[in-house]
Amino acid sequence: PRVGHKRIQYLHLVAPLWNGGTRGIRGMSSAVAPEGNQSKWGKLLQFLADRFYDVEALREYLFQKQVSKIHQKNRSFTYIKERYGPYVAGAYFILKQGGAVKFQGKEWIRSSGRGHYSLEFLNFQATPVEAVDASGCAINYQGLDNLLALKELQSLQLQRCPHVDDWCLSRLYQLADSLQELSLAGCPRISERGLACLHHLQKLRRLDISDLPAVSSPGLTRILVEEMLPNCEVLGAEWTEGLKLGPEKQSRGTASPIPA
Amino acid sequence: MLRGALRFRAKPGLLGRGLNTRKGGSTLDWAGKVPEIKKKIQSFLPGGDWNPLYDTSHLPPERTDVVIVGGGVLGLSVAYWLKRLEKQRGAIQVLVVERDHTYSRASTGLSVGGIRQQFSLPENIQLSLFSVDFLRNINDYLAVVDNPPLDLQFNPSGYLLLASEKSAAMMENNVKVQRQEGAKVCLMSPEQLQNKFPWINTEGVALASYGLEGEGWFDPWCLLQGLQRKIQSMGVVFCRGEVTRFVSSSSHMETMSGEEVTLKRIHEVHVKMDHSLEYQPVECAIVINAAGAWSGQIAELAGIGRGPPGTLQGTKLPVEPRKRYVYLWHCPQGPGLETPLVADSSGAYFRREGLGNNYLGGCSPTEEEEPDPGNLEVDHDFFQDKVWPHLAQRVPAFENLKVRSAWAGYYDYNTFDQNGVVGPHPLVVNMYFATGFSGHGLQQAPAVGRAVAELVLEGHFQTINLSSFLFSRFYLGEKVKEHNIF
Repeated sequence: PRVGHKRIQYLHLVAPLWNGGTRGIRGMSSAVAPEGNQSKWGKLLQFLADRFYDVEALREYLFQKQVSKIHQKNRSFTYIKERYGPYVAGAYFILKQGGAVKFQGKEWIRSSGRGHYSLEFLNFQATPVEAVDASGCAINYQGLDNLLALKELQSLQLQRCPHVDDWCLSRLYQLADSLQELSLAGCPRISERGLACLHHLQKLRRLDISDLPAVSSPGLTRILVEEMLPNCEVLGAEWTEGLKLGPEKQSRGTASPIPA
Repeated sequence: MLRGALRFRAKPGLLGRGLNTRKGGSTLDWAGKVPEIKKKIQSFLPGGDWNPLYDTSHLPPERTDVVIVGGGVLGLSVAYWLKRLEKQRGAIQVLVVERDHTYSRASTGLSVGGIRQQFSLPENIQLSLFSVDFLRNINDYLAVVDNPPLDLQFNPSGYLLLASEKSAAMMENNVKVQRQEGAKVCLMSPEQLQNKFPWINTEGVALASYGLEGEGWFDPWCLLQGLQRKIQSMGVVFCRGEVTRFVSSSSHMETMSGEEVTLKRIHEVHVKMDHSLEYQPVECAIVINAAGAWSGQIAELAGIGRGPPGTLQGTKLPVEPRKRYVYLWHCPQGPGLETPLVADSSGAYFRREGLGNNYLGGCSPTEEEEPDPGNLEVDHDFFQDKVWPHLAQRVPAFENLKVRSAWAGYYDYNTFDQNGVVGPHPLVVNMYFATGFSGHGLQQAPAVGRAVAELVLEGHFQTINLSSFLFSRFYLGEKVKEHNIF
């Protein structure tokens, strides 16, 4: 039973540019590959670990280092938050990660391919952030703190974020008063269990849940999400999607849930 | 011995061959001769296919530092934290003894797998908060090289607790404590409840508390498997067997007032092997009782509670198995994807299971109608008479439902105050408890394991102070009452 919805005018808050092309993809592929498996160094370690137990300890150490690197990337900038307020701190966090932000009434600010961006946004301390494009960023549960402080956020793009999982979605209720557009397309770790938490976001008008490999039955999930959010247009996950199990779907399996 | 000698002889031969290869001499001759010589020596020996007197590789080690009785999620968690918090790699040897290696009767696998912070005791809230953090980072904590990441299947849908007029004040107090401890819980009036969840009949509801973060349910089997995999990679020995006897020494002392006190110390644990009469005495320094519903029996085996009633020696571990039913039903018109775990004021609870309009739930029986815990048979009339009426009253859609299946599991029920028992026994000085959590052991296991490991390694609690859960409260009669048990 699809709930009929009226036509809704979109807020055109989606970032006009596709996020930094190569950077996004590279950033993700390195995170998706389990422990740098494809590199020669990884292969050598694998070879050694099959023969010597001690190498396992080394690999475990390297794994822990990788984990702590992601944690490091997602720490909050308390100093900036104290000095410039939550909006600038949130924007700084996103820009540093390689995403883009839009302050109310201003243009999109995004970092160039090399991670440079103009620092003029430091003056927008009183201007709320209304849209964030964090596509392909290594943002995780911890890093979400920075975004949840942006109480006027209307549009949030989290496309292809390798570390955004169900736990993260369970925190989005804090943005329930403002969030109108949410895109979760291509996040490898989001499943229907996390989508169930979005019922807090009753102001949501547009939700993109296409291409989520961890969702077991996309068609049914979409119907249930539409029932749960009757005022929201749900994109992606056609109801026929669960029916065809072509080889194309198998190849998408590379973006499977990953360690760390 | 003979076999060892044989091996010793064979080795120089191999070495010689290696040297010859380097010289490039008569390699081929040697390679052919070594097995021939081996064969000759073997033929001299009586019996031909000779084995050492007795193969003991299937038995647990003769001595170890810590023996953990019970390989459920609590026992494994203690093992994990002991190994993780040890000062030096391999400093402490741990043996886990599990009687039921298929976990057919273990509470872990039969649990509904919920986790919540909506308790009334600060200790329980802290334990649960720590555990939810552990579960969130489970793939950092329990990562094993070359093994796929664990899929915990956590449903972050929250708990919805409903209170009647009578219990509303208590709920308000509880939520205040929960918020102080850092849990994200909100209170809702019946009107708000009706708006948020239109499928609920708010009749008789005065107040509701709803967990926003870190509450929901997960796959207990995944946690168990993950812990098992991890502790084995850390060098913990896992043994299928049953603890049948404790060999202990005792020393008698007299208090200032002339009372006689017997201090006991366990030296050996007899581990009987699965399906055999064979047993192995294991010398150990510390025994951890994590036998869940059967930990009362293990305590008795160690001589706890054998003494005149009213004394510390006569104080039993008040943990016993209690049978709880879980029913799975299908209801086509039932509540949707947003359904949290709803715990009614009547004690009945239910939650969504999967996407196909399936739900599971149950209700704790009253003290008088406790079923016989001897077997795990399900009483279907209990659902008809005690569970369904409450469910249908709360959610009118449940008037039409069809029970698909049901199972029963055990609570390690603490009859004294429905709370966990943690820490050493005051008289049997090297037996530590990690049991009695009365149905919330699974969700608190990661934190409790850490607390017990800290107690063993450091001698005091470091992360979470659980001194109110010590055994001595049974003797002193100090109940630490948890109100939110269902």
